[in-house]
Amino acid sequence: MSYERALRCRECGREYSLTPIFSCEFCFGPLEVDYDYDAIARATSREHIAAGPKTLWRYAELLPCDPAYKVDLGTGFTPLIRAERLGARLGLERLWLKNDTVNPTWSFKDRVVAVAIARARQFGFEALACASTGNLANAVAAHAAHAGMQAYVFIPQDLEQGKVVGSAIYRPTLVMVEGSYDDVNRLCTELSGSRQWAFVNINVRPYYAEGSRTLAFEVAEQLGWRAPDHVVVPMASGSLYTKIWKGFKEFARIGLIEEPHTRMSGAQASGCSPITTAYAAGTFNFVPQKPNTIARSLAIGNPADGYYALKTMQETNGGAEMASDDEIIEGVKLLAETEGIFAETAGGVTIACLKRMVKSGHIRRDEETVAFITGAGLKTVEAVVDRLEAPLRVPANARAFEATLAARLAVTTGA
Amino acid sequence: MVSKRVRMTFEPGLILEPVIYQLGHKFQIVTNIRMADVDEHVGWVVLELEGERDEIERALAWARELGVRVDDPTLGDIVDR
Repeated sequence: MSYERALRCRECGREYSLTPIFSCEFCFGPLEVDYDYDAIARATSREHIAAGPKTLWRYAELLPCDPAYKVDLGTGFTPLIRAERLGARLGLERLWLKNDTVNPTWSFKDRVVAVAIARARQFGFEALACASTGNLANAVAAHAAHAGMQAYVFIPQDLEQGKVVGSAIYRPTLVMVEGSYDDVNRLCTELSGSRQWAFVNINVRPYYAEGSRTLAFEVAEQLGWRAPDHVVVPMASGSLYTKIWKGFKEFARIGLIEEPHTRMSGAQASGCSPITTAYAAGTFNFVPQKPNTIARSLAIGNPADGYYALKTMQETNGGAEMASDDEIIEGVKLLAETEGIFAETAGGVTIACLKRMVKSGHIRRDEETVAFITGAGLKTVEAVVDRLEAPLRVPANARAFEATLAARLAVTTGA
Repeated sequence: MVSKRVRMTFEPGLILEPVIYQLGHKFQIVTNIRMADVDEHVGWVVLELEGERDEIERALAWARELGVRVDDPTLGDIVDR
């Protein structure tokens, strides 16, 4: 049973039937799934959700697909961790981390792909496709493998071998496109119109994007059925950021939480910061950028939801911040050293921007804050490998060990 | 004849150029502005172009050569990192 009602244009409000389309015929605005919220409110409750599976399927009534078509790798319901040590270091009294590094392919993309593949099967598609160099490709290839579906993953020709392994292992059809990233964009847009494939971030994008709302649902439930005061979300296309806000509002609309007053703040890398730059300039018109950052998973120079992210910042009295590559690496290390979570560079962006926002006073120390950690660190080892403390080298005897350790401690403690 | 939708982004150096006028005169295509916004930082326009497929592609290649960014009007960057 699904409670999706129609696709609705985010610009002009025109409605369309639930088909694999993504833009409004009239104004070319993006389409978004609308639901029968009254029916959802009748069908679900805190108790019903709490008794559900410990995956994102506990929110099945709020997802735009029939759960009969689900492909369940165990995605979602990831830990919300109280970060007392990191909070103390940053100057926050109540900091939480939403740890999405523990999903089946180690990033939040499993959430969006879980919804996309279910909807694709419901539509009758036999193949799943995407253009991706990283997390999305991993999630698409893994979910398609589990479902026994064909998968097509398009990558640019200059992609390093190491980046391919995380997808190739699931044996999708990997297509290396001769040309630039823009050429891959153009080819995939054309193919999405001619092939009977579910391109997760093209023709099924309205459904796919809805999977990100489950992060908001989980945070609200895990906090004891309430929304936090402030959240910090990494921004690439801006979709995750806007959908988390949508999720909080929907939970209130169906009566599961009070009206949210969450301030939504976004985090970007300085080397790819079209949304943050527009926010700082006080405009809703962002200028697309050529990405140049170690935070590859956030390197979207022309963000599809950039405008809507900027609107959400205004609506929620939120904000946006950016961090340099150096700060990003320090952010990854700080998170690991204080809380035991090894995040990919996007997590470093979130922590570095959180730090900046506390320091500037944008986030007050008494605001209950949730930072979203969206991907695991083993995906971007190269970013930190040269910045870690060297191991102690000792001959195999205890006296030498004691002396070497004492020398190290003298350096680190300044004794 | 085919129709194609594009979003063109003009950085400050190009905002004063009559690019859309020239598209319609240099090439055998019809330009139809569907949405647009311009401020001192950037300008963008969503266009529907009608004409022969090759002529539209030639026109877009010319615009790119000029420094105009051409994208799908809805999707932004599709290649996810």
